[in-house]
Amino acid sequence: MYTQALDTHGKEPVPPAGETGALAARFQARIDADEKIEPKDWMPDAYRQTLIRQISQHAHSEIVGMLPEGNWITRAPTLRRKAVLIAKVQDEGGHGMYLYSAAETLGIAREEMIAQLLSGAAKYSSIFNYPTLTWADIGAIGWLVDGAAIMNQIPICRCSFGPYARAMVRICKEESFHQRQGFEIMLTLAQGSHAQRAMAQDALNRWWWPSIMMFGPSDAESKHTAQSMRWKIKRFSNDELRQKFIDVTVPQAHFLGLTIPDHELRWDEASQHYRIGAIDWDEFHAVLKGSGPCNRERLEARRAAHAAGQWVREAASAHAEKERQRASRAA
Amino acid sequence: MSQDWPLYEVFIRSRSGLEHKHVGSLHAADARMAIEHARDVYTRRQEGVSIWVVRSADIIASDPEEADALFEPARDKVYRHPTFYSIPEEVKNL
Repeated sequence: MYTQALDTHGKEPVPPAGETGALAARFQARIDADEKIEPKDWMPDAYRQTLIRQISQHAHSEIVGMLPEGNWITRAPTLRRKAVLIAKVQDEGGHGMYLYSAAETLGIAREEMIAQLLSGAAKYSSIFNYPTLTWADIGAIGWLVDGAAIMNQIPICRCSFGPYARAMVRICKEESFHQRQGFEIMLTLAQGSHAQRAMAQDALNRWWWPSIMMFGPSDAESKHTAQSMRWKIKRFSNDELRQKFIDVTVPQAHFLGLTIPDHELRWDEASQHYRIGAIDWDEFHAVLKGSGPCNRERLEARRAAHAAGQWVREAASAHAEKERQRASRAA
Repeated sequence: MSQDWPLYEVFIRSRSGLEHKHVGSLHAADARMAIEHARDVYTRRQEGVSIWVVRSADIIASDPEEADALFEPARDKVYRHPTFYSIPEEVKNL
């Protein structure tokens, strides 16, 4: 899963000046030559801060993303679906771990990032603040949310920052199964009883627009894309990626015999693209600011999990310390 | 003072006969937990047959600033490569 283009939200990266100017020029030349930047290399502070923000938001999204799907593990309709869902949720946890590690190479501590998530200071993808009301939602999430995530993440495999790019290669390899299992759930429901088809349609109705919004604000509104493009953190604009997603997903909905909940949706022969109706950006900003259906519930679930794990972390530390002392006495 | 458990770098041997390769890092209270976490985080799809973990603090790395001083001297020694030598085509097995 993916954090939408929140990377530089409200924080304009400042180009370095003065004596760092020469270093910055060399840095940009390396990026222009498609070299990877590694953690110990010199980098402008704004590049570092932009990446810390983006990678940690991405990691938080993976972690919070386990919650809406975890909701259905105990109620998966078959043992096969249950095993698959557990594996998928476990992957999301793993993706969070790869990304936290990548962010740490930039000098931020893991506990600081966790604290930012739990305090509500950090952002994560707004998509996870919507509830999973029926089993069909698990299909819709895999198909649409992971589909949008893949669209977003594949270009990041070529990100200029080595550890982020490498984590993303690993994630993208694993993500493909997520989308396919989701589509398979939708296909099964779409070919099922009238009630099952209705459930699939209802899930599409509720997840379509939030998935479209996952790509972040429109290019007109997202004025910080240019610097991220120059740094090769970002390769395509929000609207470009959104359009790609729409173009591949609409025919998939047609195959399922489901209707995209947008009466303005049409194929544009001239541009060879699907055109969609207006996006409700007020909803997007409201969910981002904390007023989505599940914002509070998600954070409370993370805080409760962190608090409930406290004694485990302490016990493991105490055990490790005891083993160390035992080893030094034996020596 | 950080409450985080120490950071470990993880190396995985993907198949018997291949070398261990760096795959990432993780936090663990001790080495045994690092191996167990590495199993869960980095080998969910049979990516490995063997795991090494080493405390990140114990790794000594070369300085990127000194990369030129370290590696530049090899640049003009192309005669270390077999393609440097031209051998007539009719000569075989060289």
